[in-house]
Amino acid sequence: MLRIENLSAFYGEAQVLREVSLEVAAGEVVTLVGRNGAGKSTLLRCVMGLHPGQRGTVSLDGRDLTKLPAYKRARLGLGWVPDDRGAYATLTVTENLTLPPRVGPDPWPLERVYEAFPALYARRDSAATMLSGGEQQMLALARVLRMGARLLLCDEPTEGLSPLLVQQVGDLLREAKQHGVTVLLVEQNLHFATGVADRHYLLAEGRIAEAMDNSEVRSRERELLAYLGI
Amino acid sequence: MSGFAQNTFNGLVSGAFYALLALGLAVIFGMLRVVNFAHGAFYMLGAFGAYVLLTEAGVPFWAALVIMPLALGLLGMALERAVIHRLTRLDPLYNFLLTFGLTLILQDLVKTRYGVQSSPYATPAALSGSVDFGLFDFPTYRVFILGFTVLLCVGVWWVLSRTRIGMVVRAATERPELTRAFGIDVGRWVTPVFGFGIGLAGLAGVLAAPMRAVNPLMGADLIIVVFAVVVIGGLGSIFGSVAAGFGIGLVQAWGESYLSDFPIVSQTIVFIVMAVVLLWRPAGLFGREEAPA
Repeated sequence: MLRIENLSAFYGEAQVLREVSLEVAAGEVVTLVGRNGAGKSTLLRCVMGLHPGQRGTVSLDGRDLTKLPAYKRARLGLGWVPDDRGAYATLTVTENLTLPPRVGPDPWPLERVYEAFPALYARRDSAATMLSGGEQQMLALARVLRMGARLLLCDEPTEGLSPLLVQQVGDLLREAKQHGVTVLLVEQNLHFATGVADRHYLLAEGRIAEAMDNSEVRSRERELLAYLGI
Repeated sequence: MSGFAQNTFNGLVSGAFYALLALGLAVIFGMLRVVNFAHGAFYMLGAFGAYVLLTEAGVPFWAALVIMPLALGLLGMALERAVIHRLTRLDPLYNFLLTFGLTLILQDLVKTRYGVQSSPYATPAALSGSVDFGLFDFPTYRVFILGFTVLLCVGVWWVLSRTRIGMVVRAATERPELTRAFGIDVGRWVTPVFGFGIGLAGLAGVLAAPMRAVNPLMGADLIIVVFAVVVIGGLGSIFGSVAAGFGIGLVQAWGESYLSDFPIVSQTIVFIVMAVVLLWRPAGLFGREEAPA
């Protein structure tokens, strides 16, 4: 579904991604793990079309996205869950949810979103930045489900969440996967990653260092954690 | 007591002009991240346009009140497409150079044709005279300005807070890049929003024509205070710009009458308020610290 070929990205003179190639098949959940600064977030931003300095190609279902602006990529079914959760202070919770147009074949109706997230329903008319960190994360996920995005780009959705909320995020991603949604996930929490994902890429210094499956990650967990510095 | 009511009323009327101009600057800055130093020139063009329409074509005030904002809004949209949009990728210094340069060009074009002397513009007949409020009576035209401006600000607030267009404008103003990532073509809204802001400046100009001297520099004198208003309200804050507009109008009017023994204070009171606000809240009263993209 998503194919990245020879992707390089730059911040001014500094190169943060070096000729990265990877693929995510439809319905797969794939994580990118790596140390801080390895280029994980930059890779997601390149896929979304939010990083200006890049070379290489990104394609979705065989369609080259490289020249498309971010808003057109979103309309093709890309759902962005940014690392800062992207809650708008000047929009209510409901407005945050309904801002993006519906783009996919299976967008969640607002009622269903609120059934799944009673905490958001209770605060539906508040400014989104009044929500707790965990609620803002739920809002970010709920927003792309309401859009009906086919490919979710999630940047550390569990960062800073309590174990209970981490579990909820995992349940949501598994449920989305069951409905055929594809996910590319940046994640530092290996335990969480092996619980939701099918495959993993280890990103080091802007390159794909290794591709691993769940059993490999589990058997090498201690080594990987030491490497990631967690 | 009636002196106080008089000062308060006049302060609110001046405040109405500040609010209209600051509101336009705020929506433009929010959407384009452009500080439009040419805003005062468009205000002047609104007043001058109304004057020229009346003296050379016999077009009455009420028609000018519709024609000038629309015409200047279209001119603004054309300028946005032609030059303003090129500013987005440039150093903010170019923002200043371009919009200030536009001001000088527009002012001098008017000067070349009409000179620098002020021209009188008669108050429309329906709004001459005064309205009796029991203890005091106020000029009808000023009552009209105040009521009209308040209605307009409420209307803009309603569109921004209750409609889908308003929601998109708010989102794009707060975080343009994120909003693009949610499938919204932010660029499509930029030109109409710029035109709308310019149209408001033109409207303020038409409203000013019967009340203030119509001359090529009328905008230059006013815009300095308007920038102080925008800074006090919080750059880019819609509500802040309107509230600060009326607030500064009041502060100025009260200052002029109650601090008239201290001209140094009464003439600079707007900037004193601005300095104090900036020390206390660097982002302005209703501004937020710039959010990450």
